[in-house]
Amino acid sequence: MTATTHNGHGDNWTVSSIREALQTKRISARELATEFLKRIEKRNPELNAFLTVSPERAYAQADRLDTRIAAGEVLPDLAGLPLAVKDVLSTRGVRTTCASRILENYKPAYDATAVERLEYAGAMILGKTNCDEFAMGGSNENSAYGPVRNPVALDRVPGGSSGGSAAAVAAGLAVVALGTDTGGSIRQPGAFCGIPGLMPTYGRVSRYGLIAFASSLDRIGPFARNVEDAAEVLSVIAGRDPKDSTSADAHVPDYVKHLKDSVKGLRIGVPTDYFGQGLDPAVKQKVEAGIGLLEKLGCRRVDLRMPHTDYAVGTYYLIATAEASSNLARYDGVRYGLRVPSGTLIGMYRSTRGKGFGAEVKRRIMLGTYALSAGYYDAYYLKAQKVRALIARDFAHAFEQADVIVTPTSPVVPFRLGERVADPLAMYLADIYTVTGSLAGVPGISVPCGKTHENLPVGLQIFGPAFGEARILQLAHAFEQAGGRQV
Amino acid sequence: MSARTTFHENHPLAACTMKITREDVARVAELAHLELSEAEFETFSRQLDSILTYVEKLNELNTDGVEPMAQVVPPGDANKEQTGGTPLREDVVEPCAVIGDVLAGAPDPEAPYFRVPKVIER
Repeated sequence: MTATTHNGHGDNWTVSSIREALQTKRISARELATEFLKRIEKRNPELNAFLTVSPERAYAQADRLDTRIAAGEVLPDLAGLPLAVKDVLSTRGVRTTCASRILENYKPAYDATAVERLEYAGAMILGKTNCDEFAMGGSNENSAYGPVRNPVALDRVPGGSSGGSAAAVAAGLAVVALGTDTGGSIRQPGAFCGIPGLMPTYGRVSRYGLIAFASSLDRIGPFARNVEDAAEVLSVIAGRDPKDSTSADAHVPDYVKHLKDSVKGLRIGVPTDYFGQGLDPAVKQKVEAGIGLLEKLGCRRVDLRMPHTDYAVGTYYLIATAEASSNLARYDGVRYGLRVPSGTLIGMYRSTRGKGFGAEVKRRIMLGTYALSAGYYDAYYLKAQKVRALIARDFAHAFEQADVIVTPTSPVVPFRLGERVADPLAMYLADIYTVTGSLAGVPGISVPCGKTHENLPVGLQIFGPAFGEARILQLAHAFEQAGGRQV
Repeated sequence: MSARTTFHENHPLAACTMKITREDVARVAELAHLELSEAEFETFSRQLDSILTYVEKLNELNTDGVEPMAQVVPPGDANKEQTGGTPLREDVVEPCAVIGDVLAGAPDPEAPYFRVPKVIER
């Protein structure tokens, strides 16, 4: 038996149906791996979602699982799960480029903790997905290896930076994928590709092995075809890791078990600040309809204010670029990656970085270096850290009035490839609804919330308080089950 | 830092004066060890200027007495379990047998070292 295709590019495989099919021997793990690797071979030339395919690693895992099945063992939770991994996450012996020329041939010596945990739980790593270079961008057009196409509309961007992961899952080339989210890089591509994408609380998932962009903001989270599978993945990757000193020592609930808990009476905070100027009316209409559906489920709408929202983009781009300029100093041609020779050491650093980094990465390193440089630190970086505290306070106040906060994920629908590349500031401004939660450290999920008249997907974003993933997953699940995809 | 160049583009911020000069861009590129082409100098000066002009917006806010926020998770207590904080682990050396793998990916290795151009003078 092979995986059944129902609609030309997708299928119905889920975490639990795969586990069950393997356990009852309706399919072997090797057959499943072969099926997905074939799909990648067929669709990837068009989508460019994968930068590296790792059949050896997928088959090695499949064979281990098939041996265990033959021995009658009880399979682990994610047994046989076809997984795609964003190319900023380290995978031992498997090329990890960060979609940059500077790491074109880099093979990490170790696995990221999230990757290690998923593989231990039975997932099969199919390959590494395309993204914006070093996760910097919102359209996947900043990859050194070409943009990803949105499987929903091939002339449009899949969002970014985790565009390859979102496209891979949306096109059925993987059942789940790991992405990373610094300012919206899971939630926005999730919205653009019409699938759920979850950014956990800062500290919920270990960042060990995540190649750093902005350390106080970077998070790892799943894309899946439904909310339940996202909860399955989170249950495995969440939790304290001694190898990441910022991973929190907090209880990890069983997210799957609590998924179907009632959402009746939940107070839905709707910040008016997220529905103003710049919001595409087609997106607004769908999100309002989505909120209406939540009310039908018994949730209570609470209109509230988050007055510092308008300052979040400026704050975010100062803090993220400052941290990036420091984190990316390590790419100097000495220990790994590209080296462009020069007579002097400093000359080698300069030429290596000049040739190795793409335009957006250079732009952000420049901005961050400027914001941290003598004479400007207080005016830019320190000021931004203070405004960050005010933005976090907005969230704290909102969560006194509401249990969750519901907003549009992005003010715009997926745009056409090339349409926005000339104006970086305009591109940054489109991050307005996602960067707020990034700065505050709270969890957020984007769930599909209908389609516009052009048939383009819209995302509904749900924020919860720190470590409140169970609650936002419950609401997202209830929304999805009630027909949120078609509002 | 205060050259009064104006935007030559039809940009919403065209009326503003430049915050960043060519010299600033050169200085920052030097600090960041980035070799830039002539075209990049041109584009980055313009783009960084519009971004910096935009972030001036933060100055509308009075932040007197606000503590700067560098981290969102509290440090936690190593002696208590599951406090939601981020306690430091014990400072114990653990074996790390990846030297061969690491050197294998280096541009110019000479085990157990990385070789670089001479650093006697700049």
